[in-house]
Amino acid sequence: MSERRITLAVNGQRHDITVPVRRSLADALRQDCGLTGTHLGCEHGVCGACTVLVDGRSARACLMLAVQAENLAITTVEGLAPDAAMLHPLQQAFANNHALQCGFCTPGMLTTLVELLAENPSPSAAEVRVAISGNLCRCTGYETIVAATLEAAAVMRGEAA
Amino acid sequence: MTRIVGRDVKRIEDPALLRGRGRFVDDIAPPGLLHVAFLRSPHAHAAILSVDCSAARAMPGVHAVLSYADIAPLLAEPRLRVALPSPAYRQTLDRPILAMDEVVHVGEPVAIVVATDRAIAEDAAALIEVEYDLLDPVADAVAALEPDAPRAHRTAPHNLLAEFTLAYGDVDAAFAAAPHVLRESLDQHRGGSHSMECRGCVAIPDAVEDRLTLWSSTQTPHVARRMLCDMLGLAEDRIRVATPDVGGGFGPKLVFYPEDAAVAVAARLLKCPVKWIEDRREHFVATTQERDQRWDVEIAFDDTGRILGVRGEVIHDHGAYTARGINVAYGAVSAMPLAYVVPAYAMRCRSAVTNKVPVTPVRGAGQPQGVFAMERLLDAAARKLGLDRAEIRRRNLVPGDAMPYATPLRTRGGMQVVLDSGDYPRCLQAALDRAEWDGFAARQAAARAQGRYLGIGLANYVEGTGRGPYEHVSVRIEASGRIFVATGAAAMGQSTHTMLAQIVAEQLGFDMANIEVVAGDTAAAPLGLGGFNSRQAVLAGTSAHVAALKVRERVLRVAATLLEAAEADLEIEGRAVQVKGVPAMRVTLAEVARAAAGLPGFSIPGGAGPGLAASEEVVIDPMSYANGSCVAEVEVDEATGAVTLRRISFVHDCGRALHPRIVDGQVLGGIAHGIGNALYEWMGYDEQAQPVTTTLAEYLLVTSTEMPAEISIGHIESPTPLNPLGIKGVGESGVIPVAAAIASAIEDALSPFNVHITRVPVMPQHLVAQISPEAVR
Repeated sequence: MSERRITLAVNGQRHDITVPVRRSLADALRQDCGLTGTHLGCEHGVCGACTVLVDGRSARACLMLAVQAENLAITTVEGLAPDAAMLHPLQQAFANNHALQCGFCTPGMLTTLVELLAENPSPSAAEVRVAISGNLCRCTGYETIVAATLEAAAVMRGEAA
Repeated sequence: MTRIVGRDVKRIEDPALLRGRGRFVDDIAPPGLLHVAFLRSPHAHAAILSVDCSAARAMPGVHAVLSYADIAPLLAEPRLRVALPSPAYRQTLDRPILAMDEVVHVGEPVAIVVATDRAIAEDAAALIEVEYDLLDPVADAVAALEPDAPRAHRTAPHNLLAEFTLAYGDVDAAFAAAPHVLRESLDQHRGGSHSMECRGCVAIPDAVEDRLTLWSSTQTPHVARRMLCDMLGLAEDRIRVATPDVGGGFGPKLVFYPEDAAVAVAARLLKCPVKWIEDRREHFVATTQERDQRWDVEIAFDDTGRILGVRGEVIHDHGAYTARGINVAYGAVSAMPLAYVVPAYAMRCRSAVTNKVPVTPVRGAGQPQGVFAMERLLDAAARKLGLDRAEIRRRNLVPGDAMPYATPLRTRGGMQVVLDSGDYPRCLQAALDRAEWDGFAARQAAARAQGRYLGIGLANYVEGTGRGPYEHVSVRIEASGRIFVATGAAAMGQSTHTMLAQIVAEQLGFDMANIEVVAGDTAAAPLGLGGFNSRQAVLAGTSAHVAALKVRERVLRVAATLLEAAEADLEIEGRAVQVKGVPAMRVTLAEVARAAAGLPGFSIPGGAGPGLAASEEVVIDPMSYANGSCVAEVEVDEATGAVTLRRISFVHDCGRALHPRIVDGQVLGGIAHGIGNALYEWMGYDEQAQPVTTTLAEYLLVTSTEMPAEISIGHIESPTPLNPLGIKGVGESGVIPVAAAIASAIEDALSPFNVHITRVPVMPQHLVAQISPEAVR
């Protein structure tokens, strides 16, 4: 199996890694970069758990090869919080609203919603539902995720939560 | 008045999970790790003539390729003997660790490949040559019991796995004398749990101590250890089974699986860590499923709608092996009459062996099917009498003043079913009020005037929760003053750590940050049953409460001596014990713990013995019965058969809620699963028992856009007298009545077309076929 030496830029850090060319971006993030926050729920692009941001756009890390990600800026769930003491407003709102239970789908939910709020700072509940309609969650029934997103949007707009 | 219990405190699970710093089983990667792929049967039923692994073994990067013949010499016991006892069995079908000379369902593991990475292991698995002789498969549970049906196992005498009848009262006399009798034939379809994290395990051998640690995404680590000890012929202290963060369970992860054993065997053989992570396609063909049942049932009732008797037959699809027992079938049949006063009942149930994935509990564990059957019959009876569907239920629900209500039913363990608490009619009324049931006829008429078809439906359920006999919890304050809690309960996303920390914090200083909980680790808890049957808040919660009280008593006795104060004047606040209202007169928990640990030659202060620890396995044999009522409002497009959920109103009673927000979350998640069962989730098999829905694009889970526009959840708190905190379980409640309520609503919406719902999931094509038969070919 042919291998290639590549550099991934993840959450602002360079990772020089050597990967088989068939390795998915998700596997490379998890195994070669040690970033296990990106989860694999189906490996066929339906569940959305592995969603990461590639140059700011959401992408299924299970459907993308690691070698395709070279020279692109990748953001994973580990890169969302500003520092060790503070959470991203979405993360904080998820905690406030019990928008996660087992937490397995959460990284993909968060990255998907970061993209949404960057594009649309004032989404309606219906717009949030559409935005996460490609992310499966078996625990929450989604209601609390929608509520958390609306709360985070308000915080990010500078309105009191 | 409590400060922590019963409040929406912060979950202690959240910070790590939100930052992507959880540790799920696939995140565990010790040095030297090898990876596993399983070769699985592509046939539903076949004899194995030969297995040739030579080409696979020759592949670079492959460390081992093992079929049954290769691992048999390493096993003290080659089969997974997991069946719960029952006199109902008519044959024993324990599954082997790897297929021996016959495969009986698509997905059954035939060989294990261990390689340097998963992709290489999968490549090598494709090189294993298995010669099969195809045998006739059994694809359907009803057909399985026909006399001329092929055998799902070629040496079995028949396909009847188990048979039992649950009966009380003189049901035939009740029917003979009844003014009204109605009959329904109902089909409920198989689905999966589909936790977002599939199964997986990492086996890590320790050559120095000749031990093995299995990290597993299991709901029942202590059972897994017992099974590994039995199969490998090892003592319990040689094996540790530990659960990391588990990404959802919903039932199937309570089962001990062949893959867990095979991976452990491979790790011991190769003397290095070995990991197997199930992929989603494997999950569809190898992780247990549920809900295929055929019900032929009758109800007898009088002119006022009072139930006189219920009887019938159930055929339950057991799948290809016994991976748990008759519990799902038993749960279904015993759930059916539970909410109502049913004077006479007789339900014969037969479990049929099929060449499909084994059946074990999926959230609800048969109870949704039993409730569906009961509620369908009540709708039919209401229609016959021209009675409001809510009214017929009011007239038959077990009344609130009858509690505790001893039913003639027994649990599968032989204990009498006593409904311990609750007010079912009040709960129903609360749900009807939320749903604006009384105003619905006007809304429906207005919509119909516009050519829109709205419908409303309802269902009641009673759920047996808190399956005993016990769960282990220990509480210990160590010399640092930190509080350690260890339990045999297993967490899989339902906030078990938070739940236990709340209960312990309430007695020991109210500081949840000072508490560390270890769940689901055989090294931390000597005994345990694990997570299933909505049991852990009831059993582990109670043990935690009692253990914390004992530790509290010790803390106060020691502190009283140290502070020269009366115990009654002390309080534990934060990480210290202080004289009430006098924070200056205090001693820290660390100081108390050090004093309690003792010094050579000195007596221990307080005279209560050494240490600040207590360990409990509070035994609670009777189950506590939670209940609830669900009202669904739908709109159906009569041209396409598409169903839109407008509103779900759900009122439930799980006794005292330890954390209302978590309780809501459990109910909501269950409702979503129930919506899937009602409308979307269809695990398809063709006539050769080949699965035809093996991706999440073919098998539809509910997404955010299918949820109702409005969900309203209400709580009634009737504490159970069966445990000191008054808790009943809640994990499965949400799912139980939803399919029944939605079916009722669809039937109501399409009443102008006389549409009759007898199966779930309700699919658009089924509706269109009834609305306009001429349009469907």
